[in-house]
Amino acid sequence: MAELLRRLLRTPQGLLGVLIVGLILVIVVCGPWLAPYGPDTLAPRLRYRPPSAEFLLGTDQYGRDILSRLLYGARSTVILACLATGLGTLAGALIGTTSAFLGGRADEAIMRTIDAILSIPSLLFALLIVNLLGKSSFSAVMAIGIAFTPGMTRVTRSVALAVTKQDYVNAAIARGERGGYIVLREMLPNVVAPIVVEMTIRVAFAVMLFATLSFLGLGAQPPSSEWGLMVAEARRFMHLSFWMILWPSLAVAMVAIGFNLLGDGLRDALNPRT
Amino acid sequence: MSPSYLVKRLALIVYTLFVVSLVVFAITQVLPADAAVMLLGENATPDALAAIRDKLGLDQPVWVQYGHWLWGVLQGDFGTSLRTGQPVAPVMLEALGRSLTLAVLAIALMLVLALPLGIIAALRRGKLADLVVSIVSYVGVSLPEFVTATLIVLVLADWLKLLPATGFVPLTENLWDGLAHLALPVLTVSVILVAHVSRMVRSELVDVLHTDYVRAARLKGLSRRSVLFHHALRNALLPTITIVALDVGYLLGGVIVVEEIFALPGIGRNLIVAIQARDLPSIQAGALIMAATYSVVNFLADLAYAWIDKRIQYG
Repeated sequence: MAELLRRLLRTPQGLLGVLIVGLILVIVVCGPWLAPYGPDTLAPRLRYRPPSAEFLLGTDQYGRDILSRLLYGARSTVILACLATGLGTLAGALIGTTSAFLGGRADEAIMRTIDAILSIPSLLFALLIVNLLGKSSFSAVMAIGIAFTPGMTRVTRSVALAVTKQDYVNAAIARGERGGYIVLREMLPNVVAPIVVEMTIRVAFAVMLFATLSFLGLGAQPPSSEWGLMVAEARRFMHLSFWMILWPSLAVAMVAIGFNLLGDGLRDALNPRT
Repeated sequence: MSPSYLVKRLALIVYTLFVVSLVVFAITQVLPADAAVMLLGENATPDALAAIRDKLGLDQPVWVQYGHWLWGVLQGDFGTSLRTGQPVAPVMLEALGRSLTLAVLAIALMLVLALPLGIIAALRRGKLADLVVSIVSYVGVSLPEFVTATLIVLVLADWLKLLPATGFVPLTENLWDGLAHLALPVLTVSVILVAHVSRMVRSELVDVLHTDYVRAARLKGLSRRSVLFHHALRNALLPTITIVALDVGYLLGGVIVVEEIFALPGIGRNLIVAIQARDLPSIQAGALIMAATYSVVNFLADLAYAWIDKRIQYG
């Protein structure tokens, strides 16, 4: 583990990724304490303010402090994206490992079906599920989780396929263990590393997707300070204050860049080719 | 490429479309506990509910509903829109045409920008140019379309007033005006594509430049330019075809957001309008058409790949 961390920090992507994601985690955990104002504190006389010493990032259309809203909003943005990714990964890992373990015709049938479902773009898939479950943060999380499942199934299955050939799986089969036991206890733990890499990169994608759903009015609902929603609301007032739209946009981008870098760094650290 | 492979691949497309139609139908019409209430809301009168159940055939068993819908779809009939009362198919196909215009222009712009960027980065590996290209592509991949679109509108439409921010003019009506209205959406969509593809081109070319046959060509005394264009690029660009085809899936998703932002009446915007208006037949048609486009494009890419690269023998 320490060796992995050392290798991770040696690459520029890894180092930068760790720094950015670390910063994001600090904001997620301590955001509300760091915020100078409440996220919903109105100041009707101080609307559309540009950045100043009083309001470091300026104020929005109700005179709410943008910095405070961003700091509070980090939780709904990042935690929910991670939750959605976790959900998709878990479901995908289970289906993928099972498919690889079953092999033969069952594997073929499962994977062809997964491929077919993959031909529905994730955003479209997520939109359909939100349409089914109603507009809310919860259904956005479910939607992204379900939309990620086929992709994660593919990744897990290809890794698990290599694992099924290993001796310890054959040993478990020879011992007469049940299929469920072999999938959960022998195979899943050994496919974790590549899945973690894929997962990290997907968190970046989930943040973007979640923000996009909120942006379209289908995810987080006002007065939440989810970042995508903040961008969507600020668009109407773009001509009055462009700071309002700039900061949450940059925040979403920073999270996505951070997790992308971390994912790439992890990939390099886990398969050292050079 | 053997005929049996073609048949197998075609069968796969049919299976894909069948699964997609099942998924789309299930999510939109079967899974909601009561589709009629979902469509009309909690306060609908019993008469209205009965009318819509009758119209969509919601009283019948699920498989009858599905069979009825699928039979219509196979004949090109996606039903009538609940919002406008018009047949869905012609509206959706017209919208698809506009979206495809956007997509094709975006891919063209992407090729013009991404190939040179990727090649320069690979040739000057580890130098400043490489660093700049890779930073730009990181940022490009990490910006959601709505953020890119917003920033582009802010700079090009609001500050510099170069191009119109919203609206659509058919290209057949006024080519110049039409292109001007398409410019910002095309630019937005191509940002992520450029970022993604230039990174792929770079890494493929870096790999190819280290192969023995490239070294042999250099040792033989050929110029760098000749080795690059006649030997290295041919192989380095092959995987790009597959990447571009796979990106079409992303493209279709991205198109939804971009069309919504720029008020471009393509299939993505139609779909959002349909979802907001809970217009079931339009949602089903839009989703099915998008997924079908994606699988057909990937099929064509596979064929093109095998046709260009004779080493590939699909069994």
